Amino acid sequence: MVRLMVNAPAAGSDESAVDAFLQGDRPQEHLTQGEPSLRHAPGPYFGNYGGRWMPESLIAALDELEDTFEKAKADPEFTAQIADLNKNYSGRPSLLTEAKRFAEHAGGVRVFLKREDLNHTGSHKINNVLGQALLAKRMGKTRVIAETGAGQHGVASATAAALLGLECVVYMGAEDCRRQSLNVARMELLGATVIPVTSGSQTLKDAINEALRDWVANVGNTHYLLGTAAGAHPFPAMVRYFHEVIGEEARAQILDQTGRLPDAVCACIGGGSNAIGIFHGFLDDPSVKIYGFEAGGEGVETGRHAATITLGKPGVLHGARSYLMQDDDGQTIESHSISAGLDYPGVGPEHSYLADIGRVSYEPITDSEAMEAFRLLCRTEGIIPAIESAHALAGAMKVGQRLAAEVAAAGGAAGEISEKIVLVNLSGRGDKDVATAAEWFDLLDKDSPEAEIAKEGEQL
Amino acid sequence: MSTTHDGAQDTTKPAAQLNDAQHASKSAAAIDRARAQGRAALIGYLPAGYPSVEATIAAGIALAENGADLIEIGIPYSDPVMDGQVIQAATTEALANGFHVRQVFDVVRGITSKTDAAVLVMTYWNPVVRMGVDEFSRRLAEAGGAGLITPDLIPDEAAEWMAASDRYGLDRVFLVAPSSSPERMKRTVEASRGFVYAVSIMGVTGARTSVSSAAKDVVAAAHAAGAERVCVGLGVSNAGHVREIAEYADGVIVGTALVAAIRDGGVDAVASLTKDLSTGLTREEA
Repeated sequence: MVRLMVNAPAAGSDESAVDAFLQGDRPQEHLTQGEPSLRHAPGPYFGNYGGRWMPESLIAALDELEDTFEKAKADPEFTAQIADLNKNYSGRPSLLTEAKRFAEHAGGVRVFLKREDLNHTGSHKINNVLGQALLAKRMGKTRVIAETGAGQHGVASATAAALLGLECVVYMGAEDCRRQSLNVARMELLGATVIPVTSGSQTLKDAINEALRDWVANVGNTHYLLGTAAGAHPFPAMVRYFHEVIGEEARAQILDQTGRLPDAVCACIGGGSNAIGIFHGFLDDPSVKIYGFEAGGEGVETGRHAATITLGKPGVLHGARSYLMQDDDGQTIESHSISAGLDYPGVGPEHSYLADIGRVSYEPITDSEAMEAFRLLCRTEGIIPAIESAHALAGAMKVGQRLAAEVAAAGGAAGEISEKIVLVNLSGRGDKDVATAAEWFDLLDKDSPEAEIAKEGEQL
Repeated sequence: MSTTHDGAQDTTKPAAQLNDAQHASKSAAAIDRARAQGRAALIGYLPAGYPSVEATIAAGIALAENGADLIEIGIPYSDPVMDGQVIQAATTEALANGFHVRQVFDVVRGITSKTDAAVLVMTYWNPVVRMGVDEFSRRLAEAGGAGLITPDLIPDEAAEWMAASDRYGLDRVFLVAPSSSPERMKRTVEASRGFVYAVSIMGVTGARTSVSSAAKDVVAAAHAAGAERVCVGLGVSNAGHVREIAEYADGVIVGTALVAAIRDGGVDAVASLTKDLSTGLTREEA
């Protein structure tokens, strides 16, 4: 590990601490009081974002959840339960895999993949659902409800509910149910009830609306197991807490494997839960540049995208103030992305804050760019990524190429390029996306039943 | 806000009423007129632009002429989490027909210029944020509006709206619910002006066969917390419900039933339903 502490005259003096921070070498445990840390932001506000823009009827439930969560965090029994489930049920720690052949397409820098795709249920989502389902049990709730777009969070919620003996109801846009009938079947196999939502645009945001209506009416026995780091306080800080394990593991693993921190960390952003999980480990490491890649859909200039931070304006939706895709009247605009998991017109409030203060750069990745990265990872590493994660991979290719160009511009040798390190959160596996990808790459026999399914956008 | 309260003023009066006096709350005045007649006030809800802006104005006037004391005009919104299917369908149709938020001021002006009913706007918060809280408030006041009912804005997040409503003399009607803690009840009552909106049931808007017994408890809690005027909404759909609630509340709010009426029978149906609802207002032991 490269540490720049050689000339620190008096460890702990203000000057040396500031210097160390500016030099990008400040281990978390050396933080002293009064220094700004971006980690563990408690909410309800992240700068101007977050809060509780919610009906009064639900405030008592949010208070109860916040109280239960705060007590649980301080309870060794709870943290031990989480640690045990992460290890012995989800399969954590997830691997950190160097992608050497893929890296050739990222400017020649070193690329490491945080393998959340190897978790039980195939994505990072399991981290959050296990934590929230345990909190539901602590609150004495017997029923959990969840929203889902493609079905990933619905499947994860149904999984946690089955494991812990909770009733589970999943709201899913009728349009999404039709396109994702196999994921509906997965949830039903796990014992959940899936309710198609026919209101509004019949997609993810309307599924959240319907889940909130259910919650208002059944809050006595029901916990709303929100799937992303958005919504009213305490959800953004709480969902992040359950995903912080991603960044903690990744930071330790990259130090172990390379002896230093990465130059850049990349993740995809829908609501932003996988991203905030991995970012959190590096927020206080100034040498690490952090990138969030939003769904650019068919191109941000087409209007058919989900690039909320890139093009949205601050507003309130689903309980939080954050960037939001909205028209001049404040009506929510429908988002578009080949990736159902990123197809959401809002974003978690902590991301809005990190964007405003410049700690994280948010950029759009188009469907085409994501699918090219998807193809490359399949062919170079033997890993089929979720299309969501392919957005992070496409972004990592750009970041790697930029880092290489910077080294070249500074007159650096090729060897310096290969010392650069980019860390990518591979948030999920792509088994669910096989039909979509096969259709995209025109791999299906025109008359096959699979081609019919793929036209509908089915994600197996 | 004036800082020169008369020291001799009745100190048992809650802050909400002092605010009312200062701003000559239109909602409070309308409720007080009904009270002087020995009855509860009737408050009717209509979504703006359903089925058209003109029809909403005509229906609003019909409401006022047939017994409604206050009128709530809802702004159609893309994500109405507190609304049931009937109101969702109406507001979705209004949006599909091209309704714009600024047209709500035309509706308010159209009704206030023809009637003396207090006209409030009920809105989810984002359309107000988008226009700008101050700009929205100014235009609402200019249109003769009484204030705002805010189903997804709690006092905790309302600093900007508190200032704007003071600046333009608008009522701010917050909601209280069966789940509200005593502390929250007190804070919400203190933040409100005009009246407090008591949610009768844990749920969303929509007609129900009976009024929840929770409603009476919420009203009692709001009164105990110092509210001068408490009106009950959610699930109130016929004269029987109105009669039951008028026994203990200062006003009765009807929404979904009126929306179904305008959907099925137009302005005439709104007029006749309002007339029928108003028969339930008079308290038996006034």
